[in-house]
Amino acid sequence: MTTMPALDPIAHTRTTASSPAAIRAVDVRKSFGDNVVLDGVDLTVEEGAVFALLGPNGAGKTTMVRILATLLEPDHGDIRVAGHDVTREADAVRDVIGVTGQFAAVDELLTGRENLALMADLHHLARPRSGQRIDELLERFDLVDAADRVAMTYSGGMRRRLDLAMTLIGAPQVIFLDEPTTGLDPRSRRTVWEMVRGLTDDGTTVFLTTQYLDEADRLADRVAILDGGRLIAQGTTQELKRLIPGGRIDLRFADAAKQRAGAEALQVPVPDGEAVALQVPTDGNVATLRRVLRELDESGVDVDELAIHDPDLDDVFLALTGRHDENEEEAHS
Amino acid sequence: MTASYALRDSGTMLRRNLRHLQRYPGLSLFPILGPVVFLLLFVYVFGGTLGNGITPGGGRDAYVNFLTPGMLLLAVVGAANTTAISVAKDMTEGIIARFKTMRIWRPAVLAGHVLGSLILTLVSLAVTIAVALLIGYHPAASPLQCLAALGLLVLLAVALTWLTVALGLVAKSVETASNLPMFLLILPFLGSSFVPVQSMPAGVRWFAENQPFTPITNTVRSLLAGEHVGSTGITAIVWCLAITAAAYMWARHLYNRRPAG
Repeated sequence: MTTMPALDPIAHTRTTASSPAAIRAVDVRKSFGDNVVLDGVDLTVEEGAVFALLGPNGAGKTTMVRILATLLEPDHGDIRVAGHDVTREADAVRDVIGVTGQFAAVDELLTGRENLALMADLHHLARPRSGQRIDELLERFDLVDAADRVAMTYSGGMRRRLDLAMTLIGAPQVIFLDEPTTGLDPRSRRTVWEMVRGLTDDGTTVFLTTQYLDEADRLADRVAILDGGRLIAQGTTQELKRLIPGGRIDLRFADAAKQRAGAEALQVPVPDGEAVALQVPTDGNVATLRRVLRELDESGVDVDELAIHDPDLDDVFLALTGRHDENEEEAHS
Repeated sequence: MTASYALRDSGTMLRRNLRHLQRYPGLSLFPILGPVVFLLLFVYVFGGTLGNGITPGGGRDAYVNFLTPGMLLLAVVGAANTTAISVAKDMTEGIIARFKTMRIWRPAVLAGHVLGSLILTLVSLAVTIAVALLIGYHPAASPLQCLAALGLLVLLAVALTWLTVALGLVAKSVETASNLPMFLLILPFLGSSFVPVQSMPAGVRWFAENQPFTPITNTVRSLLAGEHVGSTGITAIVWCLAITAAAYMWARHLYNRRPAG
């Protein structure tokens, strides 16, 4: 097993980096003292795309967002958002971005409507138009009934919705969402997902970070996996899944005798446990499936149920980071 | 960034802070009522005795007239102290990080706190003066001298507010922020606000004569009494401007350096 396939999608991105991009970062490095948080990250996000930066806690996701959102200066790197350099043209970047951080950034002592009005004033929007926009956003984020209550009384989900509405009031071209659903209940998560998908309908570029693989899978056109300050893979979710030959065919039988016969025909081990099932590893192509079916037919074994299990991002992530860790252990021993 | 952005953004932040004061009265009532309580306490409990020490036979009436200018300084300090708390509280909120990702005039957040605090100071001064007049204070100042006294108090308020903004930023918690500016409350006592410095032992007197509150108290007192001020006035103004400049730069540095959110 080699680590090279995992790097292919990154190489692919580099070759397309000359096309217009909402975000382009080359060799981003950031350390806090001796602690290297970002160790040479390259990434490109096309205009209008949803890009997910995936990684465990402490991988450097938030640091990356804070650098892109002009909250933190990088130690090194050429970083452009909507064509503007984040360090030298920070104000131009601030003009076109919207940021929703990990913790809801609302003013607790102001009402929902006042929070939105505060943002409208800080975006220097003209009054009559801003009032209209505030009403629209209250409607869109289901906050009309709570509009005149102070945010302190809001639930976690309501706060997050208000936070997103505040991010949108300036009609940003690029939106950063740092773990937008962390700490939310499943229903609120679903609502946030719908809203994020709604954003791209307006042509907005979305850069989100998440620890949840299903979230990246559902929302993102492209995913990059960050681990220990380095991107270990980048590509579409489909491309990433293809990197892992972890697919399998699940077979279920009526009884143990048929299970044993099947195992013999396909030359796979009988798993421990009570389920009368077999798992056949596959690279996902049709020829393999045809071979499995033919061999079962030829041995006259009846199968009750057949399912093809595609690797999900969870498998991708575990395979990539697992291999990474093994390499480290080998290097140290 | 244009000057109009600076004004507009500071105005927006001021409105935000005034709403906070209105929704969180615990923070705004103390600096307004505190000086009144102290004024009544000093005049009616200590005033009879202290007044005789200031003008032989002057009693309570003499003390109200000596004390009121000093109490106005205490009102300024009290209002400034709450700024440290509200700034420290603000910095714990994620919304500050949001402000930093927006194209607004950077010091607007802090300017909003300073302006809100100045308005609180003016309310506090008005209430203190009103109560003082009710219990026998009778200033002898011309309108121009009144205006000059008010101007100096506002200068002091600007200086102390920027200082407490910085203290609020440097504090790691809201609790620390409420304790850090305590020394400011002690300084008027170690000066000429409550008794003349001539009555103090040599070491304390030296400190009292050379700390910033004494020339400021003396200038306000002379102005309100309708007397000639002299060079003390210059010293008072220089102290205020120097504190403002240093505190503003310190606060700005802390705000820009501080990791947001």
